[in-house]
Amino acid sequence: MYEFFKTLDRRWIFLLMLIAVGLPILRGWQFPERPSPMVQSVFDAIESLPEGSQVWMAYDYDPGSQGELHPMALAFTRHCALKKLKMYYMTLWPQGPPMIQKNVDVLRNEFPDLQYGVDYVNLGYRPGYEGPIKLAVTDLRKTIAADVDGKSLNDLPMTKGLKNIQNVDLIINVSAGYPGTKEWVLYAATPYNISSVAGCTGVQAPYLYPYVPQQLNGLLGAIKGAAEYEFLLLEAYPQLRENPEAQEALRRMGPQLLAHLVLIALIVIGNVIYFVGRRRGDV
Amino acid sequence: MQTRVLSEQVSVLRREWGVGSGEWAVAGCRSAPLVSSTSHLIFQISNSWRGVTIFALVFVLTLGQAAAQEPPRPVSDLRAVDHPNDVGESVDLSWTISPDDDPEADPQLVSEYRVERMTASDSDAVDDPEFLHEKEFVDIAKVGADEATFTDKGLKRTRTYLYRVIAVGPGGESPVVETETAVGPAMDWFRTDRGWLAVIVLLICGAVTAFIVAAKSGRELYIRKIPGLEAVDEAVGRATEMGRSCVFISGIQDINDIQTVAGITVLSRVASLTAEYGARLEVPTARSLVMTTARETVEASYLAEGRPDAYRQDDIYYLTDEQFGYAAAVTGMITREKPAACFYMGTFYAESLLLAETANAVGAIQVAGTAEPAQLPFFVAACDYTLIGEEFFAASAYLSGEPVQLGSLRGQDVGKLLVAALLVIGCGAATWATVSGSPQASAIVTFLQDNVLGSGGFLP
Amino acid sequence: MKRTVPIVIAAATGFVLIVSSFIPLTEEWGSAAMQWFNILAAIAFVLGGSNLLRMNLQKISDRRLGWGYAAVTLVAFLVTLFVGLFKVGVQPTESFPTYAWAAPYNQEGSFLWWLFEYMYKPLQATMFSLLAFFIASAAFRAFRAKNPEAIALLATAFIVLMGRTYVGGLMREFLPERLEWLSFDAMTNYIMSVFNLAGMRAITIGIALGVASTSLKVLLGVDRSYLGAGDD
Repeated sequence: MYEFFKTLDRRWIFLLMLIAVGLPILRGWQFPERPSPMVQSVFDAIESLPEGSQVWMAYDYDPGSQGELHPMALAFTRHCALKKLKMYYMTLWPQGPPMIQKNVDVLRNEFPDLQYGVDYVNLGYRPGYEGPIKLAVTDLRKTIAADVDGKSLNDLPMTKGLKNIQNVDLIINVSAGYPGTKEWVLYAATPYNISSVAGCTGVQAPYLYPYVPQQLNGLLGAIKGAAEYEFLLLEAYPQLRENPEAQEALRRMGPQLLAHLVLIALIVIGNVIYFVGRRRGDV
Repeated sequence: MQTRVLSEQVSVLRREWGVGSGEWAVAGCRSAPLVSSTSHLIFQISNSWRGVTIFALVFVLTLGQAAAQEPPRPVSDLRAVDHPNDVGESVDLSWTISPDDDPEADPQLVSEYRVERMTASDSDAVDDPEFLHEKEFVDIAKVGADEATFTDKGLKRTRTYLYRVIAVGPGGESPVVETETAVGPAMDWFRTDRGWLAVIVLLICGAVTAFIVAAKSGRELYIRKIPGLEAVDEAVGRATEMGRSCVFISGIQDINDIQTVAGITVLSRVASLTAEYGARLEVPTARSLVMTTARETVEASYLAEGRPDAYRQDDIYYLTDEQFGYAAAVTGMITREKPAACFYMGTFYAESLLLAETANAVGAIQVAGTAEPAQLPFFVAACDYTLIGEEFFAASAYLSGEPVQLGSLRGQDVGKLLVAALLVIGCGAATWATVSGSPQASAIVTFLQDNVLGSGGFLP
Repeated sequence: MKRTVPIVIAAATGFVLIVSSFIPLTEEWGSAAMQWFNILAAIAFVLGGSNLLRMNLQKISDRRLGWGYAAVTLVAFLVTLFVGLFKVGVQPTESFPTYAWAAPYNQEGSFLWWLFEYMYKPLQATMFSLLAFFIASAAFRAFRAKNPEAIALLATAFIVLMGRTYVGGLMREFLPERLEWLSFDAMTNYIMSVFNLAGMRAITIGIALGVASTSLKVLLGVDRSYLGAGDD
């Protein structure tokens, strides 16, 4: 047994992980969540906005991080739509537009009353890393003259009078790296005192915690944060319970639980081998 | 425009008749042009008893409506001043909101403020058609209710401007309030709001430059050893012994990223070692410019070691800008070629663990260095040595072995000392203020927060 | 000359970027410098792209180890370039019905969109999800209680791993109210907002200083390793 684990082929670990992730997905295991204060503050930041408030949806992620970030992005979209907020979508990532499109599709299909250009607008991708942020807060039209379909901002009711984003009520940033939350905080939220919440990947979360609560009202970390957020959303808006797509993050917490348990088991086994080996003089 | 005429007439009526809103409703019905047709209708139907009832109803309704449609009172204290710390293209307006502007009120009497601007003078071009066009008041912005400031941007330094603000509500527009004197934007030569940032930059840059100069003049500087760096020599030596290659990855960002530059400096040292030992060095890059820079650097190192013949340009090649495409190509190459040593020095994101675990599986010795805090745990877990954050930057200076470069490290320490001093003073004062309630301690904390740590200092 | 000119350009651009933060007149110069870099980087792609083609063609002709992958890379590169440049499958828009190329290159239903949706996205997601497997193998190998620091790391990892799942919150059900802080999720929040926060701030400050000093070395021409060989 000791020899087997000591020279364990890592493909066994991969197989174990596959089962840990696959089983809850196939069986549809779902667990209730207990929202943390951090997630609650993100939820409250949106929930407290009056109808018609302007929300800047900065979605900076790509298909690679879609698995981790898309559920929270959709949860933000649904929440804003239910609150009848005005949503401005924009991305600084070249692979971001299809991610935004998926959010827009949700608005079209689930909230047919909302009108494009009146309730939400897709401003597409802007190249130049943090450059477009600096321009958006001072003179929006210097970086964005038209929406994703090439329609002039002057022809869209939502953007007609929008000179810059200093007066938006909230910035919601979902980011998988650079440019992302840090840049939105440094160049928009902090210098212009714009309320801001963010969602990020698991590895980024520790890096962004220093910005909470003064520069970020709250932060959702990976699927766990998204699941807690969905839980709060379902509590506040029970009509979403009939929509399985609105519970995507909650469904993904099953695989996360088992994967974490497998990780702990692997660490324990690794240490047992280490101590046994040390006693035998192998280490 | 018609609405404005009406509102001005209404204001005149209020002043002349000196009546309150309820009484004015009757007077307004007789006088205001817009409702004259209504009074005519009332006269017609009041000829019958039935008409009297309807008249009473209409009277009550008109009374209520007129009360809601009363125009708001004007703003006061309108001021226009040059916007500070800019190139001279903005003017800041401020006013005291209309007494009728109450966000809690229902219905709200003020929905927005209209800002108008007129060019008063232009020292540059009086006959400019654009200037002549602006010689009357034009609408420039609408500001939401409960807001009392507006910054007018995109102005010309040669001109002066007059402004006026009108409160607008469902009942019409308030009387106009105008600035008394014309104001023009002026250029500021230095951003005083960033004064503290300038002081900090000067202190840190000054210290770095001073120590570099000191090192140039031959002063001996002691720099502690960085253990992880010894591993670089060891790794190249091992690759040579095993007859396998070394792989160097300078992150996935472009050459404008300072981490990439630091990585290239380390590459220069690694290339010197591979040239000396005769090991093969492979450098796959994720950016075209990094490829050309790496080629120049490696060639220089081989030349310096007297081995230009051993330099192989094709071993430094571009793969793709795409993060995971790059990771797939490099992991594939590592699996096939089984290098003996892998170096990761630069900016890394999610691909860090993919690369490091793959190389670990083929038994490569690995040294990593990055200033991406999120990736450090992955490198620490998967690599043999990891240079954490500032150690990575120090490494590039340390490896070069040049005294001038080492001088920059000493300068960096002065910066650290400064930050540590600020931390101690700030935390000490905050603790003292909480424990003793001392106003002096609170004043220190407020000063630090508002200046050095605030928008004048570290905040951008 | 080969080294002097780039040093002068680097120093001048760097100082303009620093100065543009303090002198309003130079604010625009900073963004101009950034735009120049973006243009240069875009042009440099031609260098990279041609090098990619040459290297892979050479690999195929020499039948070197893994030449099949080189063939796949070449085909993927050329097909994507072709369908993107020539907007294959892009339909005319409502606004410009007579212009076949008026719609964006990534229009829904176009060939490039198809490639993105059904090739690029699944491939990216696959690569990212590999992390789950690699984290497991790295954890098994690296997390050993070799010394007190490693034991502290292990304990923290255990708490955070549990705290990030349903089990973390479940503990609260069994704990009296005054001991709720002992639940994994509460401890995780505490670890993240106190220990992690403090450590991260220290690392960030160190990095910021490192960036400042390294940048200065480049600007002052002290570090010239990135310039390659040549006479000064």
